Amino acid sequence: MRTRLKAQCAALALLAIAGVTTQAAETLNVVTFGGALEAAAKKAWMDPFTQSNGTQFSLESYDGGLAKLSAMEQAKNTTWDLIDLETNDAITACDEGLLRKFDKRSLGKTSDFIPGSISDCAVASMVWSTVYAYDSSKLKNAPTTVNDFFDVQKFPGKRGLRKSPKVAMEWALIADGVDPKDVYKVLGTPAGVDRAFKKLDTIKKNIVWWESGAQAPQLLADGAVVMVQAYNGRIDDAVKKDHKPFKAVWDAQVYDFEWWGIPSGAKHADLASKFIVSQAQPKASSDLAKYIAYAPPRKDAVALVDKQRLADMPTAPDNFKRAVQINANFWADNADAINKRFQVWLTQ
Amino acid sequence: MPASVHANTTGLPRETAGRASYNKAQRRASVQALLLALPLIVFLLSTFIAPIAMLLARSVQNHEVAGSMPALTQALNAWDGRDIPGEPTFALLASGLKQAQESGQLGAVARRLNFAQPEFRSLLMRTARNIRGDVPKAWKPALIGIDERWNSPEVWRLLKRAAESPTPDYLLAAMDAQVTPQGAIASMPANASVYREAFVRTISISATVTLLCLVLGYPVAWLLANLPAKTGNRLMLFVIVPFWTSLLVRTTAWYVLLQPGGVINSVLSGLGLATHPVPLIFNRTGVLIGMTHVLLPYMILAIYSVMKSVSPVYVRAAKSLGAHPFTAFVRIYVPQTLPGIGAGCFLVFVLALGYYITPALLGGAGDEMISQLIAMQTNTQLNWGLAGALSAYLVIFTAIFYFLFNRIVGIDRLRFG
Repeated sequence: MRTRLKAQCAALALLAIAGVTTQAAETLNVVTFGGALEAAAKKAWMDPFTQSNGTQFSLESYDGGLAKLSAMEQAKNTTWDLIDLETNDAITACDEGLLRKFDKRSLGKTSDFIPGSISDCAVASMVWSTVYAYDSSKLKNAPTTVNDFFDVQKFPGKRGLRKSPKVAMEWALIADGVDPKDVYKVLGTPAGVDRAFKKLDTIKKNIVWWESGAQAPQLLADGAVVMVQAYNGRIDDAVKKDHKPFKAVWDAQVYDFEWWGIPSGAKHADLASKFIVSQAQPKASSDLAKYIAYAPPRKDAVALVDKQRLADMPTAPDNFKRAVQINANFWADNADAINKRFQVWLTQ
Repeated sequence: MPASVHANTTGLPRETAGRASYNKAQRRASVQALLLALPLIVFLLSTFIAPIAMLLARSVQNHEVAGSMPALTQALNAWDGRDIPGEPTFALLASGLKQAQESGQLGAVARRLNFAQPEFRSLLMRTARNIRGDVPKAWKPALIGIDERWNSPEVWRLLKRAAESPTPDYLLAAMDAQVTPQGAIASMPANASVYREAFVRTISISATVTLLCLVLGYPVAWLLANLPAKTGNRLMLFVIVPFWTSLLVRTTAWYVLLQPGGVINSVLSGLGLATHPVPLIFNRTGVLIGMTHVLLPYMILAIYSVMKSVSPVYVRAAKSLGAHPFTAFVRIYVPQTLPGIGAGCFLVFVLALGYYITPALLGGAGDEMISQLIAMQTNTQLNWGLAGALSAYLVIFTAIFYFLFNRIVGIDRLRFG
């Protein structure tokens, strides 16, 4: 009897020890946009982080938006520790108290970061861009400007566009002759919005709408469209990994930062901020570019990126000539109104 | 029998006592039944009824401003809404903004007000940023100095409306209506009216799909019900297997089949029937094909189960009395299958009303159904009040349809299998 009790005690003690050791290797629940981006972030940032301190990563993907985060915070049961956010979501989430304030001092020297890439609640992880791409094996004349996207005489066929007024409105105005620098000034007036819709009208019959980022290269591969608006990393991925003859057109690219944010109710917030600091180091920051064509948000990291690879980046000088940075503030103010007009326009 | 003994001792007539004990037994049985069903009832209440009720409640709730700036809300309620309010209200706005910012609720307030008027968000944000410093002597000139818009009574009226709870604003917006500054209800301008048309479109797509399912499903059900059992059961597999297959898989399969370089178009151009790819996808055709295919099994199974129980003797009798086979079919057979037709149409129509994935993948710009718009308000616009209001109309419409259906066909005549 007594020996059995002893054995039970020993088993319990063993279990307790096992429990402690599994707790030591904590798991970070990270939410990203998935796909090629997730794979690249895993290789460049997460695997090295696991090697250095044993942290495990549990990855989940989403299509952006704050609905789920907002619901989790309201229910006081946040299962996410770190979120990959678009700029507008990062701003809104910070304003609404869904994200923790980030201590900038933990990043060390921040003078090398591109201005605007550190906010109160989030740190930029990369620069990505919306471009359009075509299949070079199917189009003999290469389109070179955003005007070509709107020219159905010169380039007949369908065009893929994201079903959102964002970027579509900006491109319409630039193709209509607005200087990329003045896009938001024009778009801020009712006449400017009318002008953008009028330009979009000219290709409306030729548009195939997509909603999730992975659909864009697929539409092009299927031959459903001759050119498609897409995130530059997705196109680069299709070229490098699937050997598709796709080419990106960088004219009037609309670029933006991608952000890391920590939910207010995150259970492993300290570990998550440690991860943010580790991936923001120049070397780590530049490593991402090896796996996906998104650029580091800090200048000293750009210098570490391979010269040849730099040409695929949104921030490469040749690609950056007529680039527009998406104005998240403008969209936060006007998304409601323009979205509604966009919906009406779609069904007209 | 203890009951009768008991009845005799108290001197009550035998029958009354018997009835009482019968009632008691009945009551016990129904309590037992209720206890058995209790887990299900609790489950339904907590996972189905309560969330729906909460979502519907959101369509009239308006807590953003009232909850985070209570003092200002009181002052606004007292304000008559004509001229610009006085210094005390301005001071309350300033302190309210500060508080909201500290508690992390300013964003929610700003989003709520931006729903009433574009750029209200940036007005609040800019004001909140600029009042962080010293306290000025008077808030009224200070705030107007930060932004001229605080000098307009219209802006204050919007703030007053946004502070009222419950509000009809979301329910109105979901019907493309709004309250004018004069207090009347008016339609939104045509270029901002989305939802009425979307509701009509949703109903018309659902009705078309129901009709298509009926036309395609009725003969199949008849065939399955009238073949020898062995063959019938074997053919039944062709209905059941798609029924068991995931909706997303079937929709994606149609995507592959219908696209311009897809199977159907390759065959058509291979046979020389089409020189250009026929547009089968990203338009209404694609939506109707996809939805009809996904919903067809519901129609077939509902009609089939009724047809199985229809006795062949009536049609035989009609024929022997000289009716043409067609007349016998239409006047004797079809009326007997009406409960199945009713059940099938009801199921398909109600399921189609809430369709989301199939129109999103196979439809084009002009085929958005109401649930896609609800999802957009929930996920990207974060306007759960409007999402709740749109859902409320969808629920109300379904309830009305149920009521009419019950009146005309009778829900007790439904048979699903």
